[in-house]
Amino acid sequence: MTLHFEPILQQWPYLLGGAWLSLQIAVLAFGFGMIIGLVCASVLRYGPVFLRRVVRAYVIFATNTPQLVQIFFLFFALPEIGVTLSPFTAVLIGATFNAGAYLCEIQRAGFNSVRLMEVEAAEVLGFSTPQIVRHVILPHVLKVMFPPLSNQFIVMTLGTSMASIFGVEELTGRTYNLSSQTYLSVEAFSVAAVLYIAVTLIATFALAMIGRHVCRAKIKVF
Amino acid sequence: MFASSQAEIAQLFSFYNLLLLAEGLAATFVLSALGCFAGFVAGFVVAIVRVTRSRAMAPLRALAFAYCFLFRRIPFLVTLMLVFFASQSSKANLSTFAVASLSVCLIASAYLGEIIRSGLESVHGNQWEAAQTMNFSTFETLRFVIVPQAWRVVVPPTFGFFVMFIKDTALASQIGVMELTSAGKVLTNKGFSSWLVYGTVLVLYFVMSYPLSRFGKRLEKKLAATRNR
Amino acid sequence: MPQLEIVDLKASYGPHTVLERINLSMEKGEIVSLIGPSGSGKSTLLRVLMGLLPPEHGSVRMNGNLVNYADKAAVRALRSEIAIVFQQYNLFQNMTVLDNVMITPTKIKGWPRKQVEEDAIRLLTRVGLEHRLKAYPDELSGGQQQRVAIARALALKPNVLFLDEVTAALDPELVTEVLDTIRALASEGITMFIVSHEMSFVREVSSKVVFMAGGHVIESGSPRQVFDAPQEARTREFVGKILRH
Repeated sequence: MTLHFEPILQQWPYLLGGAWLSLQIAVLAFGFGMIIGLVCASVLRYGPVFLRRVVRAYVIFATNTPQLVQIFFLFFALPEIGVTLSPFTAVLIGATFNAGAYLCEIQRAGFNSVRLMEVEAAEVLGFSTPQIVRHVILPHVLKVMFPPLSNQFIVMTLGTSMASIFGVEELTGRTYNLSSQTYLSVEAFSVAAVLYIAVTLIATFALAMIGRHVCRAKIKVF
Repeated sequence: MFASSQAEIAQLFSFYNLLLLAEGLAATFVLSALGCFAGFVAGFVVAIVRVTRSRAMAPLRALAFAYCFLFRRIPFLVTLMLVFFASQSSKANLSTFAVASLSVCLIASAYLGEIIRSGLESVHGNQWEAAQTMNFSTFETLRFVIVPQAWRVVVPPTFGFFVMFIKDTALASQIGVMELTSAGKVLTNKGFSSWLVYGTVLVLYFVMSYPLSRFGKRLEKKLAATRNR
Repeated sequence: MPQLEIVDLKASYGPHTVLERINLSMEKGEIVSLIGPSGSGKSTLLRVLMGLLPPEHGSVRMNGNLVNYADKAAVRALRSEIAIVFQQYNLFQNMTVLDNVMITPTKIKGWPRKQVEEDAIRLLTRVGLEHRLKAYPDELSGGQQQRVAIARALALKPNVLFLDEVTAALDPELVTEVLDTIRALASEGITMFIVSHEMSFVREVSSKVVFMAGGHVIESGSPRQVFDAPQEARTREFVGKILRH
């Protein structure tokens, strides 16, 4: 089996563009997912019993079913009630739905990590509530949440590859196009694999740097 | 809409269709279980290699590290495609089920290798030292001292990974494996509403995954409570 | 001929020299104690002798034969003659007391199981733990665990026993029971190399006391000599401080 990488490697701008789109999907889904996660985590901590049950059901359901089938549901089932989503939108909503559950769990753990003794100490020292949040709660919570959030982002970046199934031209989609055009499928997907490794490594490194300097979280790159 | 829904549900859950779904469910379960089990055995070997310290093992250690490092940073779909096309062009011509099993095994051994390694390393260094001064070989130390202590840390998270592989196998529908998601596709092609079909498929995945997740979490709590030192 | 002879030993952790120009000898049946301030290299010396840290320079002879620490077979042979008990007992957490004592003779040395079991029970009785044979280490007190560690070391039928600060990690009430066990062993004629902070015990039990500081042997002699009439200033300083307690 002789491999010819040149035709694939020549197309590196095309593939890189796909990688960029993958990142964009991941970032958007992560951003929206964080908001959903924050709302859900807050409900779990401070909300009424009924809402808490709803959130718990959502989290349990979304984390125990495949993201692919969740997107299939959005893409094929919604048109039956008249809502037609573009492939990109369906993927984005599906990824956000899935992400929101995991990010809720991470943020919930973050909330639970608040050390009551420190908050009491701050109260006694005369801190106002916004000051307590800013100086005592937030730094610690961010530090605790940063590693699992980074990890979740990487997982989501890899998860964007299923967007190709719906025709979205991110990295895997473009790789599939190249492989059908050139018939050099092994080469094409090997290059895609390397690109995913590179993208996740860069992302991990960037996040580690941000984490160490902004949140003082200790993240190992390896 | 309601009247037709009732009729549709009755038709959907006809014997033949239920059988289709059941077969898909079984295929998904077997695929993930096989891949997870083979991945555990392979991951165990990889972890043992990574834990050795002799200079002779250094190249194998580096290889094992690279393996765990790389295969956790490639999407499952890409791994699946790679194995699929590699099997085709190398004339090995594996069945799609074999391709999917192999793919699950590949990523499973990377993830589980990592977690088994960290479990083995979580055992205190002084256990190694005590064994060393009594002339235990590396293998004997692992067998009698380290692995018996490490399994408590390793087994509970494995259930969580098993659930992850169950969800990943949904992607195997893309290369034509007749698992649960494919069964759903077949039913929608037959004309049933996507709401019902994919809703049912989601529930079936849930029924498979949730008990395993719960069991793993309960096991973790139980083993952590009785853990010493 | 000395049973153990150390000549000009040097060892380092990376760039830091932790042992330098160590000269020491032990006759059969002798009980040699190492004393000195923390970081003086006492435990390190035991670790080097056991082959846990490679020596840079110098020689170690066991019964007149040079020990080549670079040769794995030689180190294994050495370890079948010397047994060590650590400060942190290092019992195998996944095994019962009896299994801890029996595992090396049966599984590693391949001695017949029945004989090993009898010996193990006899040893554990000797250290006072015959009622806790099926207990796991985390069910025992520190003193009990240390006594199991001693029994485990003796089960290997060593010619020399190394005791590395075996009472340092114990609560004060538990120190006595372990010292009593060692005292009994001493009276049976086993060659022992003891690193300890328990000065009155060292004085009572040792045939030779070696004072170390900064990785060097400063002075060695009989307990009387070292404690009552130290010749070196450094020794005097140390002895003066410790005897004030």
